[in-house]
Amino acid sequence: MATFFGEVVVAPSRAGLDEEEEAREETPEDREIRREIEKKRYWRRGRLRLDIGSGGCAEEPLVCSRFIVAIGRNAAAFLSSFILDSVCWEVVGVVKLWNEWCRTSSTTNVLPTDSFCLFYRSISDPTVLLCQCSCYVAEDQQFQWLEKVFGSMQKKGLQVTILSTCPVADYKTQESTLTLASPFLKALKTKQFQEQVCCPLLEQPNIVRDLPAA
Amino acid sequence: MFIPCDRGGGSAAPDFKGFTLLMPAVSVGNVGQLAIDLVISTLNMAKVGYFYTDCLVPMVGNNPYATAEENSTELSINAEVYSLPSKKLVVLQIRSPFIKNKYRPFCESLLSWVKSSKCARIVLLSSSHAYQRDDEQLLGTPLRYLLTPDLEKAVGGRMQELNWKEMEKIAAYPGIRDTDKVLHIPGGGITKLLFTESCSEGIQMAVLLKFCSEGDNIPDAFVLVNYLNEWLQLIKSEVSTSNSSIDPSSQWKIPSSWRLLFGNGLPPALF
Repeated sequence: MATFFGEVVVAPSRAGLDEEEEAREETPEDREIRREIEKKRYWRRGRLRLDIGSGGCAEEPLVCSRFIVAIGRNAAAFLSSFILDSVCWEVVGVVKLWNEWCRTSSTTNVLPTDSFCLFYRSISDPTVLLCQCSCYVAEDQQFQWLEKVFGSMQKKGLQVTILSTCPVADYKTQESTLTLASPFLKALKTKQFQEQVCCPLLEQPNIVRDLPAA
Repeated sequence: MFIPCDRGGGSAAPDFKGFTLLMPAVSVGNVGQLAIDLVISTLNMAKVGYFYTDCLVPMVGNNPYATAEENSTELSINAEVYSLPSKKLVVLQIRSPFIKNKYRPFCESLLSWVKSSKCARIVLLSSSHAYQRDDEQLLGTPLRYLLTPDLEKAVGGRMQELNWKEMEKIAAYPGIRDTDKVLHIPGGGITKLLFTESCSEGIQMAVLLKFCSEGDNIPDAFVLVNYLNEWLQLIKSEVSTSNSSIDPSSQWKIPSSWRLLFGNGLPPALF
């Protein structure tokens, strides 16, 4: 692609980079850096303590009737502000992960303010679980995150609610987003969800991507 | 990898034996994917399942082919399979980019599924960077085809009749040694990998591609889908041989999800 002053730049393509092109440009230093990063990107599932006797693993799935996942800082903050308190909820587990976007380096002391994924259980009804995921889960970690989390849950009779936020500027609509009254709620639901949804459904051509979509 | 839709009544997984699998490559301008959207939307194909894969960026939305309020709330994800048994056609639509380093695993699982479901052949719709054409490719048709050796035996003659142009190979070391020729499809995504794998595994595969650039690729999609139609005859074309006077928009149905491809409406305060 030529720009106005005669220089030629390679335009980014929606096709993504061809993998063979990427491999050819890598120097030995690049390869070393890439290997170190891959070693550091690891999964460690925290102990899921359950006093009802179930271990919460693939062999003994966790009994859960409602699972609410808050993805992103805004949704996690909503749960912290309006739902969570130390009287009704207890921490039962954590998912630790690392990628290049994480700002925290300590993996031993997990605090609510750290950007990890914390799991809470309702004390009055131990089958209700909450998850706050305020860290960025990279594209290639999303699938594994799902398998780890849902792999240890009993799926029969499980209702999952996912809370997430998107910038208003990303919302596609006939009129300008400047005139829209924001914030506003939209929902997506599966066929199996029969209850009343509290807000309108997300219209085409809008989509949801990354971890909430996964 | 392939998960059939639950259509109720305990129906068995759909049978694709002898079907043609039509699919896009995620490539420059997303032309293959747009062309597939036109095919699914025009032929009103039914969704029969999806691919459960970690190779594509996750996404979800409501039905992109919705025509009315009633059918607009079915969820749609990044890799779905549609079928039209009357034409022995099964279509895979891919709606998001590949995750880094996942080209090869995806190609392997796809080809393994094709073999196990006994599809007769694969037709891949793709595109390539227009700016990488050489002097000869700048002239004439921007459309090209490729056939694996197994499919060449079956339909090579038809391509000659249609007067189609085969994708040229380029010199592996231009200027140094012009005798070694390799296939080069810049901007084609998984096209080259899937094609070379199909050649070595004896799978019948055709690639149909168009040279294009990023931008408004809707016209490119129409050109590519009409090119496909010359061969597969999915819909009746109004003019059979000439390719200059067809009004493409009258034959193919644009899906409702193509609205607002270039952004929202403008704020009135701008004026």
